[in-house]
Parts: sequence; C-alpha cells; structure tokens
Amino acid sequence: MSVEVAIPEGYVKIFSKPRALSDAKYTYCPGCHHGIITRLVAEAIDELGILERTVGIAPVGCAVFLDRFFNCDFVQAAHGRACAVATGIKRARPDLVVFTYQGDGDLAAIGTAETIHAANRGENITVIFVNNGIYGMTGGEMAPTTLPGQRTTTTPLGREPRLHGFPLKISEMLAQLDGPAYITRQAVFDYKHIVRAKQAILKAFRNQLEGKGFSLVEILSTCPTNWRMSPADAGRWVAEEVVKTYPLGDLKDVG
Amino acid sequence: MSRVLMRGNEAIAEAAIRSGLKCYFCYPITPQGELVEYMAKELPKRGGVFLQAESEVAAINMVYGAAAAGVRTMTSSSSPGISLKQEGISYIAMARLPCVIVNMMRGGPGLGNIAPAQGDYFQATKGGGHGDYHLIVLAPSTVPEAAELVRLAFELSDKYRVPAMILADGMIGQMMEPVELPEPVDPKDIPERPWAVTGAKGRPRNVISSFDLEPEGLREMNLVLQDTYREIERSEVRWEEVETEDAEILLVAYGTMGRIAKTVVRLAREEGLKTGLLRPITLWPFPYEPIRKLAERVKTVLTVELSAGQMWEDVRLAVEGRAETPFYGELGGVVPSPKRILEEVRKYVG
Amino acid sequence: MPKGIVVVDKERCKGCGLCIEACPFGVLGFSSEYNSSGYQVVYMEHPDKCTGCAICANVCPDVALEVYRQEPAKEAA
Repeated sequence: MSVEVAIPEGYVKIFSKPRALSDAKYTYCPGCHHGIITRLVAEAIDELGILERTVGIAPVGCAVFLDRFFNCDFVQAAHGRACAVATGIKRARPDLVVFTYQGDGDLAAIGTAETIHAANRGENITVIFVNNGIYGMTGGEMAPTTLPGQRTTTTPLGREPRLHGFPLKISEMLAQLDGPAYITRQAVFDYKHIVRAKQAILKAFRNQLEGKGFSLVEILSTCPTNWRMSPADAGRWVAEEVVKTYPLGDLKDVG
Repeated sequence: MSRVLMRGNEAIAEAAIRSGLKCYFCYPITPQGELVEYMAKELPKRGGVFLQAESEVAAINMVYGAAAAGVRTMTSSSSPGISLKQEGISYIAMARLPCVIVNMMRGGPGLGNIAPAQGDYFQATKGGGHGDYHLIVLAPSTVPEAAELVRLAFELSDKYRVPAMILADGMIGQMMEPVELPEPVDPKDIPERPWAVTGAKGRPRNVISSFDLEPEGLREMNLVLQDTYREIERSEVRWEEVETEDAEILLVAYGTMGRIAKTVVRLAREEGLKTGLLRPITLWPFPYEPIRKLAERVKTVLTVELSAGQMWEDVRLAVEGRAETPFYGELGGVVPSPKRILEEVRKYVG
Repeated sequence: MPKGIVVVDKERCKGCGLCIEACPFGVLGFSSEYNSSGYQVVYMEHPDKCTGCAICANVCPDVALEVYRQEPAKEAA
C-alpha cells in the first residue's frame, strides 16, 4: 500500500492484495471487471499454494500486460495462440500449473481453433476466458461475442446478425465435446457473483492439480470505456442484458 | 557410430531424438510425412512427447511453449505449412527461444506441388515473418549430412538462443543413403536454461515475451538480436569447396542442387573445363566472404538453383562485379540433369 | 469504535465508484483528493457505519482497498 495508516489495536486485516499479485498497478480502464477477474485468479493461486509452480500465459488484448501483475513465471503468447502455447508448456513439464487468460477476441475469434482443439484433447490446463463482447484495446470493434444490435466502432448501426453473424457461444460449443472436464460461465457484477466466480476459478485450478483435464471459466466482463457507460451501468448491463444471451452456470462438469 | 541405410526424413527424425529432442509438434504435409510418422512411432518410446496439432499455426506455438519451458523441441513441415508458421517463428525469434524447424521444400507458390524446389530461400534466410530477425539456416545435400546438421542445428540454436532451420526438399527427405547417426547426446551436455519458465521457486520469476510497448525498450531488444546475428555471421559460416583451386568458372549451389552440381564439376573436368563448386552449408549466415575471394580468381560465378534466382541475389552481393554472375534455374519442381547444367557451363568456359 | 476500517491505496484507486455503489451502508464516497494519475479517489465518508464486510474490496477492480475488522472479544480458553 502506498499509504501508511495507523490501524488501532484490536483490528485484524481481512482483505488485502493477494501474494500472487505484484505491486504493479493494473493497466485496465477505470471500473473494468478485468481487474476483479485478475485478482480472483491470484487469490486462487494463493489459496492453493501453487505460486512457485504456476506459469501464466498472457494474451493479446487488454490483458497483454498481465505478466506484470503477477509474481509467477509468465509467457506472452501471440494473439489467440495461448492454448497452443499452454499445451507446449504443459506437455514439456506436466508438473507445472499452466493457465491462460484470454479475452473474447483472442479466444473466440482468432484463437477459436487453438481453444477448441486444446479442449478436445482434454489438455490438463486452466483457461480463464474474459468475455466483454468487444475488442477493448484496439478501440471497441465488434467481437464474435457482441450482442445483436450492439453498437461498436465496426458496427456503427448495431450488430446485424444477418450481416455480421450471431453471438458466438464458445462455452456451449465446448461443452458438447468429450475432452473438457469443466466448462462454466460466471460473472463478477456483484459480490455474490464474485464469490461464485472465485469458486469456479478455484475448481478449474483444482481440476488441473487432480489431473482431470481441460477446465474453462468464462467470465462475463464489462468494457465501460467502449460501451460508453459508467462502470456501474456497465455492471447492470451485464446483469440485465448480457446474461440473456450468455446464461450463467455450469455447462459441463465431470465432477 | 552406427551406420544404417535410412531415408532422409527418418534420419533427420532419428538424429533429432539422439540430440535430446523432448517435444515434437507437427501437422501432416507431403513430402515430410515419413518424418512425422517416424516421430509418432519412436519419440514416445524414448521418453519424448509427440503431438499432432490441429494446424501448423498451433504446432509452432506449441514449440514456442515447450521451448519457453526449457526443453529441446522441434517441428517440421513443407513450404505452405512453413508459411503458416511464420507468425510463431517471428515471436520465437524475438523471445529468443531455441528450437529447430525443418522445411522439406516443395514447388510453389500457393499449393504448388510436392516435387523438389528451392523457392523458400528468401523466406528462410531473410526472416520470413514480420520484423528484423534471422534463423540459422542449414542446407544438407545428402542424407548423412542432414543427420549431422540436425545435431548442429540444436547446438547452435541453444548456443545463440536463435531458432534454427533445416532447409531441404523432398529429394533429400525421401532418398535412402547409408548414414552414420550421431551418438545420443548426454543430457549433461545440453546447455542449462536459467531463463526458462519452470516455476519461480528459489529464483526471481522468468518472463518469456517478444513485447515492449516503449520504443526505447523494443530497440534494446532488437539490438541484442542484431549483436547476436553479427556474432553468428563471424563464427558460424559453413561451406564446402570442390575443385576451386584452378577453376575458371565457379558454380554456387546448395542442397539438392549442390549435390547435382558436384556431378557437373566431374563431367566438366572430364571435358577439360576448369570448373569448381562452392556449396553453402549455412544459407544464413551466407558465405559472402569465401565467394568474394573466389570471385577474384574466376571469370564466371554461375548460380544454379531450383528457383527463379533467390540465392543468386546473395551471390551477386558477394561477387560485387568481380566476375560475371549468370544464373540458371528450374521452376515448378523440375530437377535439371547434370548434362543440362553442363550445357550452361560450356557457354562460359572452354 | 466502528466495526470495520477501509484503507484506500490512493495511487491504485481509479475513482470508478464501484465500491461506493456496492457498499450496503453508504460508508464510502468520493473525496476531494485526486491522485497522481488524476483520478478522484474514494474515502470513508461515514466511517462509523462500516461493518468490515469487505464487499467494497471484493468489487474493487484495482485491488485498491484493504479492510480491517474489529476482532470479536475473545473468551479465555
């Protein structure tokens, strides 16, 4: 913490930055849910005591600086290739805990093939899939996950499915495969959902430790900047609108 | 040393396994199918990982991951597949990860055909993907040399943290010749990789990246690369000379054409034509200096390639007007006979 | 004494206001202070109302909040 505050006697610290996170400030925009999701991953690493054997794979997109935020080994992957890179690391050193952290442009557009085939092989890795329905870093372009009617910089009149396709439901697609162990969709727009998302992330890492295979946690996120909403309105938009297209809950769980 | 009759593709695979290959990732393509199949059969038995990826793009990124994790790793393909790998190779080059890439060239552009060709010379030696980088490019002209160069590729790649490529074609890949396979490498002789991502236990964390948003930082990363390339250019140029002492005409040819050019030299000498050959073994770093020295003594430097004249550009850069520099090439997978090339030689000497 | 104390890392705070919105007791508000990045940072506007539930810290996207809670009085074992 950059401020020293005298805490009176008789108080205990019940919440602070996880050990797995570095002191580097996030580069996410104000109010972006990425920050919560990044922290939840760090908390899961702390709770499982795996920091010293974890390797993260950073994507291309808003989480491109992810390696700076963590205290573990990291690899920066090409756009969409994180699951292939993770496969290479995990196959070379199965004792490592390997996770990818990817946005919807990275995972559901340019990296669709790498994602599906890693899932289908049941690669024993953990995938954190942050879905905010837009390309944040490049300036708010349409993503495969963009909602019908949603205005983006490349769909200025709103996404018209007959012209631009329909929202791509990656988790539903992956859940059809025999390979994955665990596919779930979560959100972090309020405390209750944050707690659930945390449990899902923990489970996705635990599955890897237990050798159960491919686990993917999709988390509905916000992009207040490119949605042109306040952070609070963006959260409400997820809770009220986005979940209609992307319902929350487990899509596959082999237990 | 064990001497066995082997196909080029299989000899490359076996030499790689004996060089401590731990992880091999591939996607099927002709004419290197035997390499993939040999790996599938042998590598898992010998403690390695064989994985058939969903695409060339995925395969090279698996190589990126395995190399980042600090093991000897390799992929192989042929021309169109190598084009797909270029994105990953560019990342690997900037992230300074050692690995070996085999390109059994075929006729191009586009889908082309599966016959021997050398049209990927530019792609292999000038970077291939985006940005300022090089691969160490080794071009065998026989099966035993292919086995030998695979070992060298792993060693040089480890030494400089620069990806290395074996550049050959279906002729080398599919012919059978007696090979002396290298002895299995002692794991202790494989250089340590303190930079690898192996879990940050008892050491500061490692980050493998090709990325720096700050121009000054990215320039630094580039300068480190360029310094490494200059060192490789100073230390690792390899070539073979055949009957160059009194030559009036010098052939320059590599790989399959280097092999054919050797026969041309013999036939030409039988006719009393003073003909020599310089066969580059490293295409990058290119033997500019040896060619320049010979160009001072000969009248003609004739480049012979299975392309429209790609290496020819480097030969002309080396000669710089010291001799005439004609070119003879074939395209589309057509392989010229020694007699056909001899006709070219006769145009300039005798 | 309040049951909880929220400590704001003013340099991490980006003034997004999600904590203000999430606090069930209206403890937090925007201060008049701006940090070096130009963000208006949050502070405990009504510290007496804090129960130390840490919902604010959980919803904070920038891990800018630390939460302390009063220890329950321990009975001698």
